[in-house]
Amino acid sequence: MKKILSILVRNRPGVLSHVAGLVTRRGYNVESIAAGPTQDREVTRITLVTSGDARMLEQVTKQVNKLIDVINVEDLEHREAMTGELALITVSAEGVRRAELLNLVTLLGLTLVDIREDSLTVMVSGSDMSVDMAVSGLAPFGIRAMARTGLVALARPVGSILVQDKEDPWC
Amino acid sequence: MNQNNKSPQVAKDDKGDRKNKNGRPGGRRPRNGAEAIIDFIKSSKIDLVFGYPGGAVIPLYDALYDSGVRHILTRHEQGAIHAADGYARASGKVGVVLATSGPGATNLVTGLATAYMDSVPILAITGQVALSSLGSDSFQEADIYGISIPVTKYNYLIKKPQTLPSILNEAYYLASSGRPGPVLVDVPKDIQVAEVTAAPQRVDIPGYDPRPKPDVRAIDSFVEHLDNAKRPILYLGGGATIANVTEEIKFLAESQDMAVVVTLQAKGIFPDDHQLCLGLPGMHGAKYANLAINESDLIVGLGVRFDDRVVGNVQRFAPYAKIAHFDIDPAEIGKRLSPDTAVVGDLKEALELVCAKVKKKLRGEWRERINSLRISHGLVFPDGHGEIKPQRAIGLLSEACGPDTVLVTDVGQHQMWAAQNYRSLKPRKFLSSGGMGTMGFGLPASIGAQFALPEGQIVLITGDGSFQMCLQELATVMQYNLPIKIMLINNGCLGMVRQWQQFFFNRRYSQTIFNFNPDFVALAKVYGLGAEAIDKASEVSNAIERMLSYDGPYLLEVKILEEENVMPLIPAGMGQTDFFELEEEGR
Ligand SMILES: Cc1ncc(C[n+]2csc(CCOP(=O)(O)OP(=O)(O)O)c2C)c(N)n1
Repeated sequence: MKKILSILVRNRPGVLSHVAGLVTRRGYNVESIAAGPTQDREVTRITLVTSGDARMLEQVTKQVNKLIDVINVEDLEHREAMTGELALITVSAEGVRRAELLNLVTLLGLTLVDIREDSLTVMVSGSDMSVDMAVSGLAPFGIRAMARTGLVALARPVGSILVQDKEDPWC
Repeated sequence: MNQNNKSPQVAKDDKGDRKNKNGRPGGRRPRNGAEAIIDFIKSSKIDLVFGYPGGAVIPLYDALYDSGVRHILTRHEQGAIHAADGYARASGKVGVVLATSGPGATNLVTGLATAYMDSVPILAITGQVALSSLGSDSFQEADIYGISIPVTKYNYLIKKPQTLPSILNEAYYLASSGRPGPVLVDVPKDIQVAEVTAAPQRVDIPGYDPRPKPDVRAIDSFVEHLDNAKRPILYLGGGATIANVTEEIKFLAESQDMAVVVTLQAKGIFPDDHQLCLGLPGMHGAKYANLAINESDLIVGLGVRFDDRVVGNVQRFAPYAKIAHFDIDPAEIGKRLSPDTAVVGDLKEALELVCAKVKKKLRGEWRERINSLRISHGLVFPDGHGEIKPQRAIGLLSEACGPDTVLVTDVGQHQMWAAQNYRSLKPRKFLSSGGMGTMGFGLPASIGAQFALPEGQIVLITGDGSFQMCLQELATVMQYNLPIKIMLINNGCLGMVRQWQQFFFNRRYSQTIFNFNPDFVALAKVYGLGAEAIDKASEVSNAIERMLSYDGPYLLEVKILEEENVMPLIPAGMGQTDFFELEEEGR
């Protein structure tokens, strides 16, 4: 089972060590962790993707919530979360397959960021699934290097047509 | 050395000048970081601090020198922090400890972990190398900020002088509020000498709720469970000690006929001699306590962690019981087992609500059952053949001590014998490292307890192993003239580990027997304590009498057989009634 936690923290030095340290120390699995500023200079948002059984996941949420710097933890597991990820991928582009590769790049709508005689580097962004798709599409050509940001996520604003209202009277 | 002038300086205010009345060399100059720390200590009404100086805190100790702040110099930083811990446990106040950078700071780690596990409020202030050399492996540099993250409730590395006053305030507040715990503030040396004019700001930590309000519906659900229960048990933990709920528990137990089991951290919250008290549950609890848990239909955990030493095998804990769990820390709910009803919040507030709602309910059958279990499955130990039985010696000590005596223990068999056989009647009178089980805790914690209660009687029960882990603090005992009484149970071995080797490793005593021990009586006398040793059962009462009436610190060495064991015993991870039975060996 996977879970996305969207964590708002006080922007203090060491806050990432506290969050990351907690997760590893208590033996939880981290699939990805991504941190960045928010509209409020004092507040950072960390998106943590973790996996484990239900009990473990409940504990992660509670333990993270207990950290002094944590202002709020949102568990996006059950909701339609808006997610996004970005990756840079360098692929071998030698010989006859070059054309085929360029074709795929266009097809997948990837952005070229570097072209060499023997390689290309592309950027992909979108949901984590579109990054996964690009990775598996490019893999047969030989991936030389890859950097993924890890997932970032937000809960859909309340009232969004995509959020299912649990207490929908029509159901 | 005020190099930090790039940091934002708060507009100068006159408060910074108040130090100058000390007539410090250098005449009038603004307050520095070290003096800001001293000002904080004074304004927080901290009556004393424990500590040990070193290069990175020389400015701090200089500011302390003629400040009027009382400082207790131990002989090891571990001693200082355990003393601060003992002080905090005995008084309920925050224990404060100072140490230098590098080895001074790392020597605090065991003490931080000990306090963290038992939720003891401690403020540790460490010196650090100057910011300018931070991160370059300079002399006596250790990343105590990083090291202490897992063993503190929160920690800080000060980077801007003007944040110091606010951070100290916040640290103190965090240590003492909510579920208490140790907080560490690391102060680089250049911050200690930098100008600090800022006044502390109001503490504001969004997302930190030290007093969650108990949910009234949860209370109602609990009251309903309780009303339906025929064989309810209160299971008390350290949270009950911290929340100071003696009255509420007494009312609840008596008005509902609930049996009460008491963990190490709660000992004394409910009097050990009460008819409803079943004492220690779990691994070394009396059989009647565990049998009662096994028969119970409602276990009510108050400020407990459902620790593995109590619960054993989670699947087999209290098989017929519904579980209710009260705790201030939401992360404790469901951590080890999922309760049927849970109340998150301040325990006092929650219990007041409960007490107002419950109707008196007598459970005569349950009471009778408990009494008969107590008789049929009591704590028993053999009489012996003239040698001293530690259980009996501790029982006699218990009789000789009053309800206000503070009993401190170290860690091992003697600790469990004390938990089983010493009667505590009041809270905060039995101090023991429970969660961490830190050998060496006892002597320095006794020192701290004596400072918390200068007129109080402090008695330490220790073992020959544990005692030698912080032995150096005998010098502190003497320096401050503390009349601590030490009962050293000497079995010539690391008894608790030896016992496990005897039972589960075929008596292969790997590194648990001391082939050398000092002459403890001579050793104590060298430091200046009164001391004697006994090894006959007939001598115990009089020796205890002599120890307790001695004017000053005293060590009573009680020599016992090597193969004394703590019984009963439920092996780790086993069910509530899987008592380990020693095979007859004709001993
Ligand atoms: C610092 C530390 N090291 C090791 C242990 C493991 N340990 C637990 S009890 C014990 C033996 C304690 O011996 P002693 O103090 O003589 O007490 P006894 O069990 O003999 O009563 C040991 C080594 C511990 N709890 N703490």
